[in-house]
Amino acid sequence: MPIQYYIFLSLALFCIGIAGVLTRRNAIIIFMSIELMLNAVNLLLVAFSKMHHAVASAVDKVNTVGTDGQIFVFFVMVVAAAEVSVGLAIIVMMYRNAHSVDVNFLNRLKN
Amino acid sequence: MNQLAYLVPLLPLAGFLINGLLRKTLSKRAVSLIGCGVILVAFLISLGLFWEVKSQGPIIQTYFNFIAVEGLTIPFSFQVDALSALFMLIITGVGFLIHVYSTSYMHEETEPHFARYFSYLNLFVFSMLLLVMGGNYLILFLGWEGVGLCSYLLIGYWFKNNDYNYAAKKAFIMNRIGDVGFLLGIFWLIAKLGTLTYGNVFAAAEHLSAVDVTAITLLFFIGATGKSAQIPLYTWLPDAMAGPTPVSALIHAATMVTAGVYMIARSNILYSMSAVTENIIAIIGIATALLAATIAIKQNDIKKVLAYSTVSQLGYMFLGLGVGAYSGAVFHVMTHAFFKALLFLGAGSVIHAMGSEQDIRNMGGLRKYMPVTHITFLLGCLAISGIPPFSGFFSKDEILAAAYAKNPIYWVLGVAGAALTAFYMFRLYATTFLGNFRGTHDQAHHLHESPAAITFPLIVLAILSVVGGWIGIPNVMIPGANVLHHFLEPVLTTEAVTEMPHTTEWLLMAVSVTIAVIAILWALGKFSKRPELNEPSGLGKFLANKWYVDELYNGLVVNPLDRLSNFLKNVVEKSGIDGIVNGVGKFVLYASRQVRLIQSGQVGGYILFMVLAMIVLVLIWINDGYIYTYLSKIF
Amino acid sequence: MNVIQILFWFLSALALVSALMVLLSKNPVHSVLWLVGVFFAISGHYILLNAQFIAIVNLIVYAGAIMVLFLFVIMLMNLNKDTEPQKNIWMKLAGAISAGCFLMILVSLIKQAPELQAKTAMMKEGDIGLIGNLGKALFSTYVVPFEISSILFLSAMVGAVVIGKKD
Repeated sequence: MPIQYYIFLSLALFCIGIAGVLTRRNAIIIFMSIELMLNAVNLLLVAFSKMHHAVASAVDKVNTVGTDGQIFVFFVMVVAAAEVSVGLAIIVMMYRNAHSVDVNFLNRLKN
Repeated sequence: MNQLAYLVPLLPLAGFLINGLLRKTLSKRAVSLIGCGVILVAFLISLGLFWEVKSQGPIIQTYFNFIAVEGLTIPFSFQVDALSALFMLIITGVGFLIHVYSTSYMHEETEPHFARYFSYLNLFVFSMLLLVMGGNYLILFLGWEGVGLCSYLLIGYWFKNNDYNYAAKKAFIMNRIGDVGFLLGIFWLIAKLGTLTYGNVFAAAEHLSAVDVTAITLLFFIGATGKSAQIPLYTWLPDAMAGPTPVSALIHAATMVTAGVYMIARSNILYSMSAVTENIIAIIGIATALLAATIAIKQNDIKKVLAYSTVSQLGYMFLGLGVGAYSGAVFHVMTHAFFKALLFLGAGSVIHAMGSEQDIRNMGGLRKYMPVTHITFLLGCLAISGIPPFSGFFSKDEILAAAYAKNPIYWVLGVAGAALTAFYMFRLYATTFLGNFRGTHDQAHHLHESPAAITFPLIVLAILSVVGGWIGIPNVMIPGANVLHHFLEPVLTTEAVTEMPHTTEWLLMAVSVTIAVIAILWALGKFSKRPELNEPSGLGKFLANKWYVDELYNGLVVNPLDRLSNFLKNVVEKSGIDGIVNGVGKFVLYASRQVRLIQSGQVGGYILFMVLAMIVLVLIWINDGYIYTYLSKIF
Repeated sequence: MNVIQILFWFLSALALVSALMVLLSKNPVHSVLWLVGVFFAISGHYILLNAQFIAIVNLIVYAGAIMVLFLFVIMLMNLNKDTEPQKNIWMKLAGAISAGCFLMILVSLIKQAPELQAKTAMMKEGDIGLIGNLGKALFSTYVVPFEISSILFLSAMVGAVVIGKKD
C-alpha cells in the first residue's frame, strides 16, 4: 500500500486523539485519547519500518533494515504501560480527593 | 621673565582653590592675605612682563596641545604683547586695589562667605587674565566664559535675596546670547582657516572672502555686545549692581565689560577688512552711549547712575573701535578703568557710611563727613566729564577726534553724550555731597570717613585718574607725547590715521570742553541747593524707567517664551509626552489584565494553545521561504 | 482490488469510526470498549504489515492489560454513567476546529513532500516483524535499553503504590 495512506490514517487517528484531549473533561477519557495518539504513532512507526524494508529489499533480499522501528514500537508500549499505571494511580488519587475526575477542578495552576 | 608668564594666571587660580576649598578653616586675615597677595605677585610679574614686552617685543609661550585632532590643532598658548600686557596691568593693578578695598568692605560677612567672596574674585581675575593672555581665540573664549560665570556668581553673591539671583540669571543669560554669536564666529573661523591662533589667523585673513569677514566680525561683535553691554544686550549691566560694590567696580566697570573692546582691538585686522561691520559698531556704540546717558540722568540709585554711565562709556569705546581709533578705545578702557573703579569704590564708601543706603535723595552734604571720599569722587567726576588735564579728557578726545575725521555727525553726537555725562555725573555729585543731609537721624549719627583699607585704593585710583591720561597726550599739544599710541602700534596695525589741521583739532577740543563745563555748572547750580526729590513725570519718567527697554524685552522675548514654555509644560508635556508614557503603562496594565485571563489554570486551555502554536509553527516552517523574502525586504 | 486492499480499507474505517466513538460516547465504559476496537483494528494493520510480534504485543498489552486496567478503575470509581458536566460549547468547538486545522495542515504537508511520493509499505511479506528477528535485535543491540525498561517498570510500580496509598 502507498505509505501516504498509512500516514493519513495515523494523522487522522492522532488528530482525533487531540480533539479528545481538547474537548473532553473526563480525565480518564483524556487519558484514553493519549493512548490513542500513542497508537497512531506506533502504527506509523511500523509502516515506516516496512517502507524502509521494502526499499532495502529491492537491493538485497536478506536484510534486517527496519528492525529498529519495530523495536521502538516495543519500547513505546513499555513506556505506555508504565505511564498508564502511574497515570491511573493519579486519577484514583484525584477522585479520592476531589470526588470527581473533571480536569477543570484541577485548576490550582492558576494560583 | 618670560618663563614666568604662566604664573600670572596660575597664582589667582591657586588663590581661588585655596580660599575656596579651605573656606571653613581659614581666618579672615589669612583669606585676605592669600586673596590680595596672589594678585599683588601677579601684578609684579605683569609689570616685569610689561617692561620686557616694551623692550623686546611680544612673548609667545606654547605649553601643550589643548585640542589635537585630525586637521585641527589648538595649542594652549599665551601671547603677551603690548595690548595684553597693558590689559594685564589694568586687571591685576586695579584688581589688587579692589581686593584690598574688599577686605574692609566685606568685613561684616561670616568667615566662609568672606572666603567664598575672595575665591570668586580670584577666579574672576584668573579668567580675565586667561582672556587677555590667551594666544588664540579658544583660550580667549575660555576666559570669556569664565568671567561670565564669575559675574554670575558675584552678582548672586547674596543668594538669599531672590531679586539678586534674578539679576545674576539675567546677566548670565544675556551673556550667553552674545556667547553663542562669538562661538559661531569661532566655528566659522575654524571652518574657513582651520586655525585660531592669532598670528596665523591675521596672516591668512586676506584669503577670506568679504562675506566671511563680515559674518565672522559681526558674530564676534554680537559676543562683544553681550559681554560689554551694548545695545541690544546691555540691560543686564544695570541689574548687575545687585552684587557687592567692589564687584561692580572690578567686574562691571573696570575689567570684564572691557573684554569686548579687547577682543575687537585684538582682531583689528579682521575688523578693518569689513567696512559694514565697522559702521555697525560705530552706530551701535554712539547709540548706546546716548541711550545710557539719557537714562542715567534720571536714576536715583547711586550705583545705577554709575552703571548707566559705564554702559555709556563703553559705547564711546565701541565708537572708537568703529571709527578705527583702536588705540583710543584701548586708552579709554584704561582711563575708564581708573576713574570708574574710583567712582564705584567711592560710591561703595558712601553706601558703607550710610548703612547700605543707595538712594541719593536720602543723602546730601556728605562733603563734611567724608572728606577723602568727597575729594576723590570729585576728581573721578572731573575725569569722566572730560575736563583737562584729567585722564578722561585725553582718551575721550582721541576717540572724538577720530570720529570727527570719519564722520562729523559722530562727533556731534559724541559731544552731546559727553555733555550728558558731565551733567548726570555732577547731578550725582551735587545731590550726594553738596547741600544738606537728608537722611534719617540714625544715619546722620553714623556718618564717618571710611577706614584706611577703603581710602587707600581711593587715593591711588584718584592719582591714576588724574595722571593716567598723560601717557596719551595728543600730538597737537606736545608732539611725540602719545606714548601709549606708540607702544600699541605693533598690535594695532590697522589704526586709522587721523590727519587734520591743528586748528581744527584745537577747536574740537575747545568746543567739547566748553560744553562739558557748561553742563557741569548747570548741574551744580541746579542740584546743589534744590535737589530733585519728586518723582519724575513726562519725559523724565520715560527716562527714569530706562526707556521701558526692560518692559519691551519682557513683552517681546521673555513673555512669549514664558508662554511657549508654559504651553510646552502644561499641554505638550502633560497630555503629550506624559500621556504617551502613562498610556504605555496603562496599556501594559490593561493588556496584562486581559492576557492574564488566558492563564485560566485549566489544562484544556493550555493544550488548546499548545496545538494552536504547533499549527503556527508548522505554517511558518512550510512558508519559511516567503517569510524570509519578506523579512529581507523590510530590513 | 485485492484482498489486502479490502482489508486495509475495512480496518482503516473500523479504526477511525471506533476512535470517533471513543470521543462521542457519553459513557466511559463504552469509550473503553470502542478503544479496544481501535486497538484490534490497529493490530489487524500490524498483521497486514507482517509485524506479527507487535500485533500480538499490542493485543496483549494494550487491549488486554491496559484497557482492563482502565475498566477496572472506571468501575472502581463507579463512573460508568454519564457524569461528565456539560462543557462550554465554544471550548468544544475551538478544540475540534484546532484539531481539524492541525490535521489539514499536516495532510497538505505530507501531500507536498516529494520524498514520500511513490513509496510503498511492504505488505504481507518481509520477515523483520517476526519474533526471531526482533528477539535477536532486542537481546543483542538493544539489551541495555531493554534492561533499563525493567527499572522503569519497577519505578512505575513503586510510584503507583506510593501515589495510590491512602493519604
